[in-house]
Amino acid sequence: MTPNARSALVGVAALAAIVAAPILLPSYVTFFTFVLIMVVLSLTWDTLGGQMGYNSFGNIAFFGIGVYATTIVQIGLYHDVGAYTAAYGTETITLTREQYLVGLAAGLAAAPVLATLAAAALGSGMLGLRGHYFAIGTLGLGIAGGELAAAWGYIGGSFGVQVPVFPGEVMERRMLFYVLTAALAIATFLTLRWLYSGRFGLALNAIRDDEDKAEALGLRTTRCKTLAWCVSACFLGIAGGLVGQINGYIDPREVAFAAPSFGIWMVLTAILGGKGTLWGPVVGAVLFYFAKEFFWQEFFGWQRVALGLLIVVVVVFFPVGILGWLRQRFPKWFGQQPAPAREPGATKRAAS
Amino acid sequence: MDMLQLLFDTPALAVQLVLDGILIGAIFALAAYGMALVWGVMNIINVCQGEFVILGGYCGYTVWAAGWSPALGPPLAAILLFGLGWALYRIVIFRVVDRDIFISLLATYGLAILTSQLINQVWGANVLSTDIGLGNWFFFDGLVAIAKIRVVSAIVTVALAAALVLFMRRTRLGQAIRATAQNPRAARILGVDTHGVYAFTYALNAAICGAAGALVSMIWVIQPFGGLIYTVRAFMVVCVAGLGNLAGVVAAALGLGIFEQFVGFLLGAQFQISLIFVLLVVILVARAFKLARARQVLR
Repeated sequence: MTPNARSALVGVAALAAIVAAPILLPSYVTFFTFVLIMVVLSLTWDTLGGQMGYNSFGNIAFFGIGVYATTIVQIGLYHDVGAYTAAYGTETITLTREQYLVGLAAGLAAAPVLATLAAAALGSGMLGLRGHYFAIGTLGLGIAGGELAAAWGYIGGSFGVQVPVFPGEVMERRMLFYVLTAALAIATFLTLRWLYSGRFGLALNAIRDDEDKAEALGLRTTRCKTLAWCVSACFLGIAGGLVGQINGYIDPREVAFAAPSFGIWMVLTAILGGKGTLWGPVVGAVLFYFAKEFFWQEFFGWQRVALGLLIVVVVVFFPVGILGWLRQRFPKWFGQQPAPAREPGATKRAAS
Repeated sequence: MDMLQLLFDTPALAVQLVLDGILIGAIFALAAYGMALVWGVMNIINVCQGEFVILGGYCGYTVWAAGWSPALGPPLAAILLFGLGWALYRIVIFRVVDRDIFISLLATYGLAILTSQLINQVWGANVLSTDIGLGNWFFFDGLVAIAKIRVVSAIVTVALAAALVLFMRRTRLGQAIRATAQNPRAARILGVDTHGVYAFTYALNAAICGAAGALVSMIWVIQPFGGLIYTVRAFMVVCVAGLGNLAGVVAAALGLGIFEQFVGFLLGAQFQISLIFVLLVVILVARAFKLARARQVLR
């Protein structure tokens, strides 16, 4: 089998799984929805973290912007947002089916626009920073976003926002969001595959391998980096909008700017699956989310401790990830691992 | 802007804010010095710096809650965290010390999550504080109140910093640490046990943070997830001051302390945390822009 045929086969199998999952196990539709959300988050983290070599701890900020943008736009089309949030959930919004769907569509259109604008604004300054300065700079983005959202009364402050109730059956609502999420996941995957296969992907890898040389060869590195961040923010914004709607209630720190859950999971799953590969984040996200769902209850509140431990273990002992390991082990089947990049930190030591 | 007007009307309030800022900033300087030490010697940016501080705070709190003298808090916290730092180096950090800085960054990030969640499991999520009951000194007819414990903690901080500087300059081990920072390979050839030096440096950093944390629990409050903010503060101070610049670290830390007091007073405490992160981004971006003019980058 040629590599092309093989990857086509894998793609068809993945597509079949996406279609078959809700039909075979209809009661787990919401679970599958979150698996696909995790895939999107992991893929978009890997655009910077894996392909470009820029670890961002703050991508969840764009997710949070999407969460708020979608629901606020949906409410704002038909109601006064300030009055609604000032009522602290005592006022309920009943929308007709048409109003709800139009509002949702408008919200899901606004979310990526706002998230991308935020990424462009932040990126043009922050992505002028190199490697670890960028990483530490992003460390507080998610938390700062959560604190600012909690302090802003118009969007509900620390009380959050109640999402409008879906006018229809429970199952219909679940299926609607499953289909939307599946479409988003497929779109994200195909867009990133297209980007990585062309000059843009090469540019990102060049920045990862040696940014100085890339710049010397005429690559506009800051522009490339900002564009990459915008691409991931765009998809993150839509994913956030969907999660806010599925959840039904938006809390600024726990749901929207969920740094301790989704914000960390996306880093972990991308590394677990294999940084810098296209399929790695997908594999990592699916495996992690299934494992989390089945074992999470067994930890009795120690889940987040286990999560921290898992990050340390994966990063220290298994930094190549599942797909990276498979490539080293079975290069015939999984494609040759590109020559390992020189580790810049190992040779250049801080002068002190 | 009412608060600004208030500040102009009663200048004594500004004196209060500046004094509080200096006394709290002294603790930031301690944590930042530890971070600069690990960064300079091991080329690791220790993301779990803040968690060490918080853990030290909980040690100090537990000592006090168990009925012992709170003065035992800082030394006990320092000893315990020295052991913890040593163990962490032997288990995790030595595996990442020679590798790509991203791996050490992610590994210490994982350690930070692990530590803060462990603290949350053991002590609960409540905001705690060691009540030392020393009272205040009043100036300007009671307009300015300086907590005595803040003055005591600033004195302890200065003493600790002086001891550290003397240790680094005068002792053989301090000399070995400085040699390893300059050139680890040459130091190894000349007979320095660099892994031992690394382990000691990391443990020393943890101990410094532990003592600082025990002081934090006395003059302020501690809570399990408050660690990241100390990491960011320390990083900010080191970024502004540069590695190995002690006077710069002290000046930047005190400046940060005063800045925070004024921001908290003028805008309200709910903006204090987010503005620290905003300040971090502003500082980094401003430095990057300044260097970009000369076609250089932050390294």
